[in-house]
Order: sequence, then C-alpha cells, then structure tokens
Amino acid sequence: MSTTVWIILAGAVLTFLTRIGGHMVLSRFERIHPRVEAGLNAVPAAVLTTLVAPAAMNGGIPEIAALTVGVVVSLVAGGMMPMFLSSAAVLILLRHLIGQ
Amino acid sequence: MTADIAKDSARPRDFAQGVRDSVPVVVAAMPFGLLFGALAVENNFSVFEAVLMSATIFAGASQMVGIDLFGQKVAPWLIVLSILAVNFRHVLYSATTGRRIAHWGPVQRLLGFFMLVDPMFAEAERRGETHGTVSFGWYMGAALPLYICWIAEAWLGALFGNLVPDPHALGIDFLLPIYFLGLVMSFRKRSFWLPVVLMSAAVSMLAYRTVGSPWHVSIGAIAGVALAAIMAPDARKGRQAR
Repeated sequence: MSTTVWIILAGAVLTFLTRIGGHMVLSRFERIHPRVEAGLNAVPAAVLTTLVAPAAMNGGIPEIAALTVGVVVSLVAGGMMPMFLSSAAVLILLRHLIGQ
Repeated sequence: MTADIAKDSARPRDFAQGVRDSVPVVVAAMPFGLLFGALAVENNFSVFEAVLMSATIFAGASQMVGIDLFGQKVAPWLIVLSILAVNFRHVLYSATTGRRIAHWGPVQRLLGFFMLVDPMFAEAERRGETHGTVSFGWYMGAALPLYICWIAEAWLGALFGNLVPDPHALGIDFLLPIYFLGLVMSFRKRSFWLPVVLMSAAVSMLAYRTVGSPWHVSIGAIAGVALAAIMAPDARKGRQAR
C-alpha cells in the first residue's frame, strides 16, 4: 500500500479514537459531578464558537455583515434555514458589490 | 428505560424524521465535500485515495488540512498528528453525546461514534433537548445521508474538480462558518450560553494568533467548558442536575 493510504488509515484510526475516547473515559465514573455535567452541556456552544470566531476575525466587511445578519435573524425568526439563507445572501451580495 | 424502548419501537418514523433533519446539513456540507475531492486530486491524491479518506476519516476540516500538508510534502507522521489535532474536539463530543446514546447496543454505539462529526453532534444534542432521548433510528436517518453524500461528493469532486465554479464569488468558502453560527445560536437557551460563547470566542481568537491553527479550536472550547463548570454549582443549587 502507498504511503498516502497509510496516512489516511492512521488518521482514520486516531479520529475514531477521539470519537469514542471521551465516552470511554466518562463511562468509567458511576456518577457525573454537576460541574462536569455543566461543562458537557456547554460543549456545543463552546466548540462551535471556536469554528466561527477566527473566521469572523479574518473576514472582511461582507463576512462580518453576513454573520451579524445571521445573529439578528436567528434572534428574531429562530430556526436554521431563515438565518442560513439570509446570511449567505448578504455575503454573496456584498462580495459582488465590494469586489473582494 | 421503558420510555426509551417505546420511543425506539417508532423506528421507521424516527428514521424518516432523521432524514428530514439531515437536509440542511447535507446542503451546507455539499460544497465542501466536492471541494475536498477537487483539492485532493490537485494535491496528487488518486480518486481512490480521495474517496477512501472521506469514507474512513469523515471529518471535513481535518481532511482539508491533511491534503494541504500532503501537497507541501510534509513528513507523514506530522500529517497524521495534524489530523489528530484538528479532530481532538471530538473527545468532547464523545463525552457529551455518549450520555444520550448510553441505551444503544454496543455495535450501534460504535457506529454512532464513528459518525459523530460536528453537525451530527450538534443535531443529536438538539434532538436530545427537544425529545429527551436520541434513538438509533433517528440518528442513522440523519447520519447516513450525510455520510453517503460525503463519500459521493469526494468521488465527484475528484473526477470533475476542475468544473467546480469559483468558490469565493459564490460564498461557498464561508457557508460552514455561517452554518456553525446558526448552530451556536440554536443552543442559546442553555445555561451560561452567553458567557461560554464570549469566552470561547475570545480565547479561540487569541489562541489562533498565538498558538496557531488548529489548536485554537480545542483551547477555545476547553476555556468555554471550564467557565461553565466554574459557574455551575451556585446557579444550580437545589436543582437536580440532568
């Protein structure tokens, strides 16, 4: 097998270990401490934020405007699709208008 | 547990609902699946290797980092380590979602964890929040379309990559941050949401500038999680956790 295939398979095994690892560690405990519980409940917001924030930091006016519209629309309308579509529309429009 | 069994017996309906819930995810991920296939071939992957990577790793960002480093002729062990670094956040997903799928069989759980990518994690958490439990049927209904399309997209992107239009002009490169922002907003009813978001945003940006990508993800996430853990006891006093 080629080196590439080995890289892929090693990456796949390690990725799978991260996906079962957290559960295997946690399931060793009989009871989950309230602080751990609160921490785990914060995982979605915490991780997903880190995927957005640097992208916003590196973004220009179209990107910042798109994310701002996204926040406002989801606060007003709720739901994923209205937010996603309006935000993407603002992004594409401003990129064409500003030209970068 | 009887409630879980009753819910699991509604499997065909759960599966169909899962498929419906997967639609926005599949749409948002599609450009990246195609882009990955195209970039993989550009970085000297064969079509087979591109498809193999999508089918076995099944994690967009780490695949992009992997092929990028591969194109730069970086040492193999360093590429593997980088893939691990990008995917390290999945440890947190695993611990979080593991609580929701504890009633599944062992093989079902292995399958579920294999498919625990960013959107599946977020959708499973949302499902657990609204329905109290996450059934295997619903999870597979949501995950299988995503997985199958992801593999097909790598194949199509690798074959017809040069036909993909200018991703920047169409905003394709920024669709995932928008989608992830939508997910962040959907969790805003949870305790400590705003402090966690502000903390993770600040720390991840700082880490991005200092330590560098991809570590900013794990560092920023841990900062937010730690903040919630520190703030927890007072706010939850007298209320049974979970």
